[in-house]
Amino acid sequence: MSHPAQENAINAGRLTRILIYTVLIFFVIYYLLPLWVMVSNSLKTLDEIRGGDMLAPPADITFEPWRQAWSQTQIGVEATGLKPYFLNSIIMVVPAVLLSTLLGALNGYVMTKWEFPGVNLIFGAMLLACFIPFQIVLIPMARILGMLGLAGTLGGLIMVHTVYGLGFTTLFFRNYYAAFPTELVRAAQIDGAGFFQVFRRILLPSSGPIIVVTIIWQFTNVWNDFLFGASFSGYSSTPITVALNNLVNSSTGVKEYNVHFAGAILAALPTLVVYIVSGRYFVRGLMAGAVKG
Amino acid sequence: MASLTTKNLTKSFGTVEVLKGIDLEIDDGGFLVLVGPSGCGKSTLLNCIAGLEKTTSGEIRIGERNVEGLHPSQRDIAMVFQSYALYPNMTVRGNISFGMEIRGIDKAEQERAIAEVAEILQIGDLLDRKPMQLSGGQRQRVAMGRALVRHPQVFLFDEPLSNLDAKLRVDMRTEIKRLHHRLGTTIVYVTHDQIEALTLASKIAVLEAGYLQQAGTPDEVYNDPANMFVADFMGSPSMNLIESTLVEAGTGLAIVISGHGGSEITLPAPDTPEMRKHVGGPVVFGIRPEAMTDPDGADRTSPRIETRDCFIEVSQPAGSDTFALTPLGGKECIARFRADARIELGAFAPVSFNMTKAVFFDPITTDRIR
Ligand SMILES: Nc1ncnc2c1ncn2[C@@H]1O[C@H](COP(=O)(O)OP(=O)(O)OP(=O)(O)O)[C@@H](O)[C@H]1O
Ligand SMILES: [Mg+2]
Repeated sequence: MSHPAQENAINAGRLTRILIYTVLIFFVIYYLLPLWVMVSNSLKTLDEIRGGDMLAPPADITFEPWRQAWSQTQIGVEATGLKPYFLNSIIMVVPAVLLSTLLGALNGYVMTKWEFPGVNLIFGAMLLACFIPFQIVLIPMARILGMLGLAGTLGGLIMVHTVYGLGFTTLFFRNYYAAFPTELVRAAQIDGAGFFQVFRRILLPSSGPIIVVTIIWQFTNVWNDFLFGASFSGYSSTPITVALNNLVNSSTGVKEYNVHFAGAILAALPTLVVYIVSGRYFVRGLMAGAVKG
Repeated sequence: MASLTTKNLTKSFGTVEVLKGIDLEIDDGGFLVLVGPSGCGKSTLLNCIAGLEKTTSGEIRIGERNVEGLHPSQRDIAMVFQSYALYPNMTVRGNISFGMEIRGIDKAEQERAIAEVAEILQIGDLLDRKPMQLSGGQRQRVAMGRALVRHPQVFLFDEPLSNLDAKLRVDMRTEIKRLHHRLGTTIVYVTHDQIEALTLASKIAVLEAGYLQQAGTPDEVYNDPANMFVADFMGSPSMNLIESTLVEAGTGLAIVISGHGGSEITLPAPDTPEMRKHVGGPVVFGIRPEAMTDPDGADRTSPRIETRDCFIEVSQPAGSDTFALTPLGGKECIARFRADARIELGAFAPVSFNMTKAVFFDPITTDRIR
């Protein structure tokens, strides 16, 4: 029954498919290669790394570098491993992310549903905040932290990240809530709901996707931040990114590449986990903003 | 239940004045329908009454109470929105009880109230569903249920049926009418649908460009329009507005209308002092299609039927009637013939004008000449 033309079409289709898969597989390998190098080398002994091929799998798997990186290796002057700094980062990231997300949501709510004169001006100013480079705010921020007595503390870092993230979180929520039907807010007002009741009972329950987007965005940015951490943290409030740098750059003794690799993976792990757990909500959230009428 | 009054109500958005002095009055238990072209300010007026928009000046009274400055929830109103505005994250039950919950009404009382509206609107088996899982008609019912539980003084409806298909719209229209009979609550209702307006209203208010053009019973607005805008806007097909010249004829007045190919017809006009001011000048002669019929279809109870020969150009069968198009005063006019009337196209045929239904307008001011 099949006509030659039809067969040709099927063959052509198959060919494109093979081509597409080849290209895709190539890129998958290309992107996964660094991860492979890091994971495999973090499981090798130092001798094997020195003597061998970077791309080769570990001949004889050892978890010693991981233990070293986590709790034993020398960072700065103390041999504590990355553990305390990891905890610092957690203590800094969680409140900073939650605060900036909550405030961003409130800002977006006020800017779209309780419009006041000059709202666009303020939104413009907040947008500008997204584009201001880190470097510009360093010195004024240092002064403010000093004045507030927060210099060198985790509280200070939390504040810095919350303030800096506000531009983005406000942008996300404002755009999301702009598409949220105002009639719902009005219906709730007629039902007697006040400012916060409308926010908590009507808007927030429908904000799942954008909350996920914002949390991922803020989490990755705050966790990965180096400049603020290096500038504003003190001895006991150093975040993991700065500690990792100290670990890798410590000039004493031999370079323990396997420990460095393990440390780098440890430092990247939380963002990786966040992506894996909620990455698909991220995509869905980005889509929802675009499709919802 | 309460009456509703607005006095010289104005509303501006920035420099744009959207409502320009609205004076309205609805009796206790009345059904006011707001009609008007898109963008004329119907929703804005409704939102002002609800307190969702702040008025620029003027006064709104619900019952004896001036509601200026009162929060929407304290005005004793309930509103049904065009999009229904059901809370998407709550079940039907949650939607209906949300207001009571906010007001801190106890659970047992809430349940009783929910059961009552569920009974009235027959949505008892939908109570645990989310709005997403409902059809358009069901959402509409739930939206009404949410308004009903409030037992408000005034219901505000903003095009509540415009998202439904034609058949469902007719059903819901009947239902709203029945509900109004049953509850007797004052209603303000916005619609684009002529039939909805004429069947539901105890009073129709026609808005255009922020001005109230006319407010009156459906009969007044339909048969006794205040100006050419109202005459043209109400009714479908709309009233024929025919340019004519007013002349003196014997002891009375008459209008002369140009017809097909230089022909003319003359019809008697009422001899009133107002009309006399226009003698020798142009007047607009307004007559509804159903007052221009084939002679056999003419209203036999009317004492003033005038039959003239008109040139029939086109006929449009429409089931129960046939619309015949004839050129009068330089425009196509629509006459409504019986479905089985014999119509010969491209020829003169007798057309009966029911002159008791005729109205006249000043072409300059567009106002009625009485
Ligand atoms: N928030 C606002 N800011 C500025 N102008 C507005 C605002 N809301 C409404 N308008 C303007 O006011 C006018 C009346 O709007 P409104 O929504 O009351 O019209 P409507 O009669 O309900 O129309 P429709 O039949 O299309 O619903 C429109 O010209 C509209 O552009
Ligand atoms: Mg409207």
